[in-house]
Amino acid sequence: MCSTCGCDQPGGITITRAGLDTVNFSPVSPSSLIQPQHHHPHTDYTRVIELEQNILEKNDRQALHNREHFQQQQVLALNLVSSPGSGKTALLERTLTDLKGKHAFCVIEGDQQTMNDANRIAATGVEAVQINTGKGCHLDADMVHRALHQLNLTPQSILFIENVGNLVCPALFDLGEEARVAIISVTEGDDKPLKYPDMFASSQLCIINKIDLLPYVNFKVERAKEYARKVNPTIEFLELSTTLGLGMTSWYQWLEKKLAAKARQLAENA
Amino acid sequence: MHELSIVMSIVDLAEEQVKKHRARGVDRIELDIGALAGVEFDALDFAWNAGVKNSVLATAQRQVNRIEGKMRCMKCGKEFTVTEPFQPCPDCQDYLNEFLQGKELRVKSLTMKF
Repeated sequence: MCSTCGCDQPGGITITRAGLDTVNFSPVSPSSLIQPQHHHPHTDYTRVIELEQNILEKNDRQALHNREHFQQQQVLALNLVSSPGSGKTALLERTLTDLKGKHAFCVIEGDQQTMNDANRIAATGVEAVQINTGKGCHLDADMVHRALHQLNLTPQSILFIENVGNLVCPALFDLGEEARVAIISVTEGDDKPLKYPDMFASSQLCIINKIDLLPYVNFKVERAKEYARKVNPTIEFLELSTTLGLGMTSWYQWLEKKLAAKARQLAENA
Repeated sequence: MHELSIVMSIVDLAEEQVKKHRARGVDRIELDIGALAGVEFDALDFAWNAGVKNSVLATAQRQVNRIEGKMRCMKCGKEFTVTEPFQPCPDCQDYLNEFLQGKELRVKSLTMKF
């Protein structure tokens, strides 16, 4: 059975580099019945095995592996999470265009279907890999690991991982990122942080996007911030309009700050 | 529906253990799941039936220990029970709390058939 959605197909995940043919991956199927070992006679007894094992350990282990890889390569990996339509891809397009030549970038795009987002990124001249999760609602560390094998990640670059548009499920899955960036747009409700607390609790930065539309909507920036701080007292905020280019400098400064902190940390450990 | 991924991870884990111990199957599985673990219990029930089909857990009895959320206020030190991850301290209304328990997501034990 497919481990993503439970359908009877062997697995619906595809990982494709923009401009290349699709590669199909079947997730490891755990569904085969284990055949009993018949070289000894059955004795009919049961035994309790105390496991105390974290259910997501496999994902966490893979995430740790990804994180070590990023550390070695001095790559700043950011996990971008939001509802669909908040402007994640537009933010990346603008960022990649504005910072062209200043930094090396790579992008991993997560969506249920289509190559659209990876193609939009590739159009800016940045290497992009698309993960199509099929019926799946989030990226996991293993998908990111496989996608990494299709990217030429250069040392000291910035890797953006654009997660599937969903404020629930991606919260639970560590991808090995340095920081999680939650994006809300002002066309959504300003109570999103209260409605989806896990996502905002696990993010380090909250970007409030489409602020050029504030005069037309009932979104109160201060209220959204207050709600997000209830869930996560240390979360940082940036207010942007990616289409008009408002506030972009603060975002680029935030990226620089993260890069500098990473370099400092590496120097200390060296 | 990340609950299905969680069920499939549990199935993986159980199959690993059955292989390791050369057991015939699993009679019973005991899970610890925290109230703040981000898991919808109804969705988990629904995903369970689909996820364990044809696996070593197909006929296993499942026990879920639901662990309540607990926090400690970092201002006044009060320990209190929460149902949401962002509840303020009932005494001083502060939101800066230290998390104590409720995010568990683990297989506590497996009863194996030999």
